Amino acid sequence: MDNDALDELYQSIILDHNKHPRNYGKLVNFTHFAEGYNPLCGDKIDVYIRVAHECIESIQFDAACCAICKASASMMTEALVGKPLMQAEQITAHIEGMLSSERNVGADVERDGELVALAGVRKFPARIKCATLPWHTYTAAIRNEGTAGTE
Amino acid sequence: MTALNPFNINSIRSDFPILATAVRGKPLTYLDSAATAQKPQVVLDAVQLYYAEQNANIHRGVHYLSERATDAYEATRLQLADFIGTSDPDAIIFTRGATEGINLIAHGFVETVLQEGDEILITHMEHHANIVPWQIACEKTGAALRVAPVNDDGTLDLEAFEDLICERTKLVSIVHTSNALGTINPIKAITAMAHEHGVPVLVDGAQSVPHEPVNVADLDCDFFVFSGHKLFGPTGIGVLWGRREWLERFPPYQSGGDMIERVDFDGTRYKGLPGKFEAGTPHIAGVIGLSAAITYLRDLDRAGAHQHEQALLVAATDQLAAIEGLRIIGTAEHKASVISFIINDIHPHDIGTFLDADGVAIRAGHHCTQPLLKRFGVPATARASFAFYNSFEDVDRLVQAVAKLKKFFV
Repeated sequence: MDNDALDELYQSIILDHNKHPRNYGKLVNFTHFAEGYNPLCGDKIDVYIRVAHECIESIQFDAACCAICKASASMMTEALVGKPLMQAEQITAHIEGMLSSERNVGADVERDGELVALAGVRKFPARIKCATLPWHTYTAAIRNEGTAGTE
Repeated sequence: MTALNPFNINSIRSDFPILATAVRGKPLTYLDSAATAQKPQVVLDAVQLYYAEQNANIHRGVHYLSERATDAYEATRLQLADFIGTSDPDAIIFTRGATEGINLIAHGFVETVLQEGDEILITHMEHHANIVPWQIACEKTGAALRVAPVNDDGTLDLEAFEDLICERTKLVSIVHTSNALGTINPIKAITAMAHEHGVPVLVDGAQSVPHEPVNVADLDCDFFVFSGHKLFGPTGIGVLWGRREWLERFPPYQSGGDMIERVDFDGTRYKGLPGKFEAGTPHIAGVIGLSAAITYLRDLDRAGAHQHEQALLVAATDQLAAIEGLRIIGTAEHKASVISFIINDIHPHDIGTFLDADGVAIRAGHHCTQPLLKRFGVPATARASFAFYNSFEDVDRLVQAVAKLKKFFV
């Protein structure tokens, strides 16, 4: 493991999303909300969703978190906005599988687009939870569970 | 006792085998001794030898090995009494660590002291181990937890602290050296203040004993706890010392074998000190290893080691402070060799991962001091902590890695 792996983790895509997060900020008139928190490193994220006609009309996030978490959240909002709920759930399950080091779900740039940039996190097990936190928080929001953690 | 050899960093480093290892294909630069210290070969050898040739249960055996193990275990108790400056070795209790020590004392206070309306006084810079047991104790008894504030430079606001001591205060519990800030608190002044009001003082020495000689008689505290693994010894072992009158007053914390004189369904009689607080088979190997660590420190030029640590602190502080956008949290005049820092727009977790790729081990997070970090308005910090086995090359590697990281993210 060396700087190549680090480069893989912090690719320019991730750095870009960290510097210029998409869909950032509190959403007005949200219908669903959840807070996510990683006690290990202090990542905090709020996910706001406005659902209409079984679709994600809007999704935004607010966060005090590390680059991996912020980039993952930013990419997540881009991937999920405008999608029907069922499809959003499938995308979420797929990405969580890709990010998990146990399940060997491969990353495919055609299917996953920019999200492939997150696949590098598997080489840094301590950071997987940073990448998955936004997605867990999304799930908690859509299920009206209120909060998500990383355990 | 004079040290056998004046402090020499190269020969010191060769005492610690892990320092010669590589991580991520780079030489290990271990800057996380505040989380756990590395162990000298003599400690590793002592533990290995115990298990290979001397292992037996203690206190109750009638054979040679058990006698020998018991002697080694009890000799360590005497050694530790001497190490922290008490003339009452039976008031030295072996625990799993500082956390367990504090829990034991909190339990004693719940059972024998605290009543509704009483107060426990701690500070805003405490480790969770010196917060949560008191929160629970207060919940159980209706007592209140008071928190003395910390100044912007990371020092304790002593005036505010003194104002918080009142006739309802039943205990002051305070960290000697802050694991997050490095601040060294003026314990002697604090015990004097507390005792003027008849209030006992518990000192959390987890981060002070590795860096400086400690004398509980001189500090005049009433309880002192620390952990073996931060003191170059094994994990899972620690020490609690308390004034006899307190320990005799407290009921047992854990019960079972070895802390009893007699067990009968008609009535069971507990041992006196120290046995009362050492239920079950202890971490004998841990005690043996801790003994070897104390011996290593006794033979070390501790003054030279301390000077070296402070020189590392100054060098690292100066160089890190010169990096644009980097802010050091905890700038007390009297500090241990610990530097917590943040960098604009770069989360400590990313700092940690980046440095890790270069073999530099630091800690990133809340350091079990969430209230303190909230007070400083940061969710987390990066923390580099130096022990006497770190070198100036370690400082250079840290600074270079941080400079490189800045370029990458900005």
